[in-house]
Amino acid sequence: MGEDQVPTPSQTVGPFFGYALPFEGGPDSAGGAEVIRIEGQLLDGAGEPVPDGLLELWGGQQFARCRTDAEGAFHFTVTKPPPGSEPGDEAPHLHVTVFARGLLRHLATRMYFPDEEAANGRDRVLNVVDPARRHTLIAQSDGAVLRFDIRMQGDSETVFFAL
Amino acid sequence: MSVSHGDSEPPYLHPDYRATVRRAPRRELVRLPAEWFHHLPGPAFGRVPVRSEDADLTRQHEREPLGERIVVSGQVLDSDGRPVRHTLVEVWQANAAGRYVDPVDDHAAPLDPNFTGAGRCLTDAGGRYRFVTVKPGAYPWRNHENAWRPAHIHFSLFGPSLASRLVTQMYFPGDPLIPLDPILQSIPDEHGRDLLVAALDLTITEPQWALGYRWDITLRGRNSTPREG
Repeated sequence: MGEDQVPTPSQTVGPFFGYALPFEGGPDSAGGAEVIRIEGQLLDGAGEPVPDGLLELWGGQQFARCRTDAEGAFHFTVTKPPPGSEPGDEAPHLHVTVFARGLLRHLATRMYFPDEEAANGRDRVLNVVDPARRHTLIAQSDGAVLRFDIRMQGDSETVFFAL
Repeated sequence: MSVSHGDSEPPYLHPDYRATVRRAPRRELVRLPAEWFHHLPGPAFGRVPVRSEDADLTRQHEREPLGERIVVSGQVLDSDGRPVRHTLVEVWQANAAGRYVDPVDDHAAPLDPNFTGAGRCLTDAGGRYRFVTVKPGAYPWRNHENAWRPAHIHFSLFGPSLASRLVTQMYFPGDPLIPLDPILQSIPDEHGRDLLVAALDLTITEPQWALGYRWDITLRGRNSTPREG
């Protein structure tokens, strides 16, 4: 007992979580007029879709979970977290966690909103990220949806945060 | 005081586990001050449905599943030694023959119509959890020639903060496949690997009914900081 117990190590989620972790309505954390649909694809270092990934999204009291499909695609419906839902001078964003076969530890990233240019410019987290990589954290408007692809490796590797 | 993790966490890239090669991030992870990220409240998981019967994987169908009935129980603590109360624990596993219900699994072992292999519960006020299930079988995989996974149960836990989220696997004591498994052996130090192996516990065992295994879990606590690498 006491401080400094060694945390239990992480292991991969593996490929067989299908009957356990996804739940009815999991990707859809919000309804109503302000709802935003997010669509994206999880891609590996060869640019191939990751068909056995699981994503979790958290922010503004919303929690959602979606497994990727055969094309590596995922979707969520959310609302933009209101200002002040997190401490500090941060633009609205959602926390995104990635689990997959081949990930011995999960990955943590963030999704920012493309229509918050001024707030994004002031955001303390975006400002510690290499300017050339910041775009990987900001979703793109694509008609009626926001597009947010996650690249695990490669020239446009998504920015992931140390856990 | 900050928690030192030493080499008890697996790296992202561990080529002996082939699937890491194209999926481990290659760029340096961005380190944020802990108060910007690690200490933030974690997900409110209340949308995930939990029924009391979800903790007994042997009572989810008309009959009992085949296999060796076991009880798996333990306490969830944070790295400061405090119980993590009322947090969601999700488990999933192969059946006694080493086959998952998930259609992705094509191992030529029988499915059991009385076993799904998925369970959920909340820890109690002392941070304790308890599942009744059957001992999962070992199964082959395609990582390398003649590769077999040791028997294991997958666990997913939330805890109170963004840093406390944990997905891991529990193994069984004395399993001869443990030294051969690149997933468990990805953890550099022996103590870290030992933390994933449950202990046979006669106080959890139900006489004349089911063997008991104890497996305590430590989630990262409020002193956690970003890890190296």
